[in-house]
Amino acid sequence: MPSSKLKISGLCKRYGDFTALAPTDLEVANGEFLTLLGPSGSGKTTLLSLIAGLSQPDEGKMHINDVDVTFGAPYERDIGMVFQNYALFPHMTVEDNIAFPLKMRKIGVALARRRAAEALEMVRLPQVAKRFPKELSGGQQQRIALARCMVYRPSIILMDEPLGALDKKLRDQMQLEIKRIHRELGTTIVYVTHDQEEAMTMSDRICLMKGGKIEQLGTPSDLYFRPRTLFVADFLGESNLFEAVVTAVTADGVEVTLDNGRVRASAATNGHAMTLGQKVRVMVRPQNLTAHALPPGAPTLCAKLMDIMVTGSLTKLYLEAGASGGAPILVAFPTSRLTGHYDIGQMLSLQWQAADAVAIAE
Amino acid sequence: MTPSLSSPRRAPSAWRRNALMAAPLLLLLLVLLVYPVGQLLLLSAYGDSGFSLASYRQLFASSVYVNVLLITLKISLWTTFFAVVAGYPVAYLISSLPQKKKSSLLFWVLLSFWTSFLVRAFAWVVLLGRNGVVNQLLTTLGILDGPVNLLYNFGSVLVGMVHALMPLAVLTMLSVMENIDRNLPRAALTLGARPGAAFWKVYFPLSLPGVAAAAIMVFVTAIGFFIVPALLGGRREIMITQIIIDQVQQTLNWGFAGAISVLLLYVVLVVFAIYDKLLGLSTMTGSTADRVKPVAQNGWMHAVGDGILTVLATVSDKLLACMPRRRQYRAPEPGQSRVMYAAVWALLVFLSVPALLMIPLSFAGTSGLNWPPRGMSLQWYQQMMDSPLWMQAMTRSLIVATGAGLMAMLIGTPVAFLLVRSQMRGKSFMLAFVLSPIIVPRMIIAVGLFYFFARVGPVGTSLGLILGHTVVAVPYVVMTMMAVLRNYDTRLDLAAQSLGAGPLQTLRHVTFPILAAGLLSSFLFAFATSFDELTIALFASGGLSATLPKQFWDEVTLQISPVIAAVSTSLFLFIAALIWVADRLRRVSLAR
Repeated sequence: MPSSKLKISGLCKRYGDFTALAPTDLEVANGEFLTLLGPSGSGKTTLLSLIAGLSQPDEGKMHINDVDVTFGAPYERDIGMVFQNYALFPHMTVEDNIAFPLKMRKIGVALARRRAAEALEMVRLPQVAKRFPKELSGGQQQRIALARCMVYRPSIILMDEPLGALDKKLRDQMQLEIKRIHRELGTTIVYVTHDQEEAMTMSDRICLMKGGKIEQLGTPSDLYFRPRTLFVADFLGESNLFEAVVTAVTADGVEVTLDNGRVRASAATNGHAMTLGQKVRVMVRPQNLTAHALPPGAPTLCAKLMDIMVTGSLTKLYLEAGASGGAPILVAFPTSRLTGHYDIGQMLSLQWQAADAVAIAE
Repeated sequence: MTPSLSSPRRAPSAWRRNALMAAPLLLLLLVLLVYPVGQLLLLSAYGDSGFSLASYRQLFASSVYVNVLLITLKISLWTTFFAVVAGYPVAYLISSLPQKKKSSLLFWVLLSFWTSFLVRAFAWVVLLGRNGVVNQLLTTLGILDGPVNLLYNFGSVLVGMVHALMPLAVLTMLSVMENIDRNLPRAALTLGARPGAAFWKVYFPLSLPGVAAAAIMVFVTAIGFFIVPALLGGRREIMITQIIIDQVQQTLNWGFAGAISVLLLYVVLVVFAIYDKLLGLSTMTGSTADRVKPVAQNGWMHAVGDGILTVLATVSDKLLACMPRRRQYRAPEPGQSRVMYAAVWALLVFLSVPALLMIPLSFAGTSGLNWPPRGMSLQWYQQMMDSPLWMQAMTRSLIVATGAGLMAMLIGTPVAFLLVRSQMRGKSFMLAFVLSPIIVPRMIIAVGLFYFFARVGPVGTSLGLILGHTVVAVPYVVMTMMAVLRNYDTRLDLAAQSLGAGPLQTLRHVTFPILAAGLLSSFLFAFATSFDELTIALFASGGLSATLPKQFWDEVTLQISPVIAAVSTSLFLFIAALIWVADRLRRVSLAR
């Protein structure tokens, strides 16, 4: 199967004075599902259109299958792209849409027709072959766009926020569908989204971007549990960030003090070297924090309960303490009828496992 | 229970309100369009002595009129072909540009579109004359030994016609192209299509409704044209409307004029019928490319079409492959191709330069309109100002245009409200009816109106002209206001009402202040239409009561003098300012 890898080195794109993409290195392995994640204007779409050949880089090199395609035309790159609005050709039937890339590759009509039918089977829509795109629902159009891309087995499939226009339920369903197809075909996929949940559920690796640069590249759990910067910690999921000072550097992490040295704790590190006395933030995810009513004076972090919210599966406590620099502290746990009673305004002590905490340089 | 009780009571009042809003315009069109045109058509078959086909017999008795019809069709077809083919790249480039660049290119098209046909035709008379720019240029370059006769032949008529109607073709195609998703040709590239295939197999088929709409608009306008063939054509380029003018002005043979009008109308209707059969008339008003259902998907027409496109795609890709390959592949966005840019600028120069060349000629020190102009003087402007004919015509035109503009705005706006906001039945029929003055050849309206006015009284009066011009200007008001109203968020009205404002207070304090710019621009478009109108004014005014275009026409058919260049320049600059302001205002109101 011609699944191959993409290698980008020092790729850079500017529009006048504005740097859309700072010199960037990136490698995508065979059959990998890589997500470019980031807020709007972070350069993820710029990077994707450079890979597709829809715009040209100012510097750098790009290889697909070890072939230099830096300035190659889109039709010479052996890529496929799923556009945000699907870009199905409105004047062609579904079947003709899917057969289009085969026709462009001078594949015979009969064979093209058979392969188009197979692709329709693949996305479970064999009955719509003779219809026009306008006659399909958003989810169906999405599947046809996928089928049109897979039918010619490109080395890499690029997807530009393909689920952005669908509602939540359909989006969840399509995420599973894309994952299934990815697994079955083993194609390399580069996927763009600004939805962190989507990135977490689908990707082998996430490339989180900010301001035209890669902020962190790693597996979803790397980014979630070992964020290298405050931006990453904040962008992926909810987080609590406590102000802290490093008091000791150990083999597997650091010792810190919080709340002006009153509370001691230990935290893992994310690979950055830390020094004694360095000001850091200790990040703990809401579901890894526990809140207990404890006698005052105990050497733990205390916070005042401001609000309680039951959001269905999770119960969320909002607390306030100086240690988080003014930002509200969030504690989350599965909703249960056995949960004890809380009073607004009550003082609670916060605790966590050292392994669930990570120190991030400010 | 309450709603079901109150709704029957509310329904008639809503109906009455709708009727009140639509009545003035419908009445105007019925009295000044349907009735006179119907009368004229009837006249062609019912003479003083009852039913008679004498007029038609006369029409087909000699080959003269059939020949005129054939020439008219030939000129119109060639005009359509060149206007659409030349207009396509212009519209294509403009539709693909970012907003700012788009406006600057579009300005030249709009300027040309709104500049009087008279001014532009006159410019070609001067340009192609024995001492004109073209002859001078060719002689200087050594291509010609001496000046040759470029005027009064088929070629000069064709150049003038294409020049006159290309802006219409560009604007019509543009409205369709702007709705084509730019990602579609890009998607084709990622799917393995070369640029030629991406254009011919994806973009071009999607732009076809625009091409078809442009073709029919240009053809129908061309078939009713008389200014260009009259000024630039010889005896062998007489078109059908010129015959009608002759019949009305010289022989006063109304029945025969009616018969020719029927013929003209019949040709127009046949063209529309063929168009409807092939593409469906709905593509003309819809202007959204996506909604168009592909035609002839099955069968040989589709196969042939697809085959032709495949050949075109292969040929253009072979040609592209022969071009020296640059190291950097350029994305095939048309805005980035230098060849495309050069071609489009050349076409825009072709559109704009004739009128612009009038400016230096109007300041010439010598008479004769020679190129290059010698000396420098204001004498022609002085002559224009001193002439009571020109000054009266100008005053008359300003009065008539203001009147027609105001009236068109006042009766057109409520109908635009109805068409955009109300849920009433028969909306598409009403839209077609309101827009019909654009589609019915102007000459037929003019003859019908003149015949009608001649019996009722207001021939030659400003009121008659204002009424006639309102008929032809009102479609532009309705179209402009519909675009503005579609952009208007009706929740603002609801918000005002929820805050305690009554319907009238809402209109006064919220709706109209927001729509003011749109209203003003619709007035200006109607004003410009009337200010420029010749056909109706041709019969309905004369002598000291002539409008500016009529005076222009009378002068230019008698003699070619630099005074006309001075008038042309004044008209051109006035219209340019007007269009610039109107377009600015429209943009402001759409941006809100």
